[in-house]
Amino acid sequence: MSDRQDEREPPYLYPDYVGTRLRAPAKPLVHLPDGFHDFPAPLFPRAIAELDHDLTRQHAAEPIGERIIVTGRVLDSDGRPVRNTIVEIWQANAAGRYLDQDDQHPAPLDPNFSGGGRCLTDDEGRYRFITIKPGAYPWKNHRNAWRPAHIHFSLFGTEFRSRLVTQMYFPGDPLMPRDPILQSIPDQAGRERLVSQFDPQATIPEWALAYQWDIVLRGPAATPFEDKA
Amino acid sequence: MSGSLTPSQTVGPFFGVGLPFEKGEEIAQPGSAATIRVEGQVLDGNGDPVPDALLEIWQPDDRGRYGTVADGQATGFGRCRTDTEGAFSFITVKPGATPAPDGRAQAPHLNVTVFARGLLRHLVTRMYFPDEPEANATDPVLILVDPSRRATLMAKNCGGVLHFDIRLQGERETVFFAI
Repeated sequence: MSDRQDEREPPYLYPDYVGTRLRAPAKPLVHLPDGFHDFPAPLFPRAIAELDHDLTRQHAAEPIGERIIVTGRVLDSDGRPVRNTIVEIWQANAAGRYLDQDDQHPAPLDPNFSGGGRCLTDDEGRYRFITIKPGAYPWKNHRNAWRPAHIHFSLFGTEFRSRLVTQMYFPGDPLMPRDPILQSIPDQAGRERLVSQFDPQATIPEWALAYQWDIVLRGPAATPFEDKA
Repeated sequence: MSGSLTPSQTVGPFFGVGLPFEKGEEIAQPGSAATIRVEGQVLDGNGDPVPDALLEIWQPDDRGRYGTVADGQATGFGRCRTDTEGAFSFITVKPGATPAPDGRAQAPHLNVTVFARGLLRHLVTRMYFPDEPEANATDPVLILVDPSRRATLMAKNCGGVLHFDIRLQGERETVFFAI
């Protein structure tokens, strides 16, 4: 792919995010001629259960927190819906704590919240999760470092090249300008593409607010003409 | 249109509640005919283990076909997180050769994708097989790689187990491919 596209992605080495310093490759990536990565995306080898999309119904009772609906469309770079593709998410609970033995944040775990979900997109490329709004949490990247509230997303799309792991943020979060992980994306437009929008249409009265977030994946290889555009 | 692509972010350290799935490291049933075991370690620029990485393998079947279905289940995809020693393992079968875009044969290889805390974008590499010296010598991808770095893409046979370490940074840094 063109370097132009790469410039819109975060670099591997972003020293403000300390974790990149010893993990970013120092040597240049090897570019292969066109076509070598033109093979289909992985097929996920497990079935998706009906309730996997509802993170509030995985336990005996409902989790504590603000119930929300997170929905949007998965599209390819030509705007076509990506149908029947698996969307995986994971997140902290409402107190900002992950169900993970390595998460040492002294905030409570919620016995009714695990924080993982999966669903398949429909014929319009739409996904929909029911969850609770995750809390912000501190991390040790620098003094007084806090991650803005976010939900992790993992997608396959149709091509091997479509694979994407990213994070969705919430509008108006004052922690976003201070977060080196989000700020690693070089341009403002790119950063804004990771921020969901409050969606009054998808909100269910008396029950849950909704956030809308569309995801655009790389489709089949761009033609050489598009590369030079 | 590439300007509208959704940018990547790190998988972070806490993907354990979301991404691993039961028996994700078993791309083939253990004990069935012709299975192979692949083991290795993910290491950082200091040579220290990376205990919070997630590896994915996506490979064709033994006849070089992606996405075949066996017993109603898609095959060829596996996922394994590293342990406290940065170690991972997969059970799979050796894939068949696949054609390159120009029709030449590619030597059998596994596509290996690396996610980790500290990786703002995933990395893609390939694991080649040590018992394929002729196919490897003419592989259209390997011959593009600086000869001094090709060994980073080659598994070693250690008593029947294929050993493949992934060095994210440093002198013997693994070759990663732009996609």
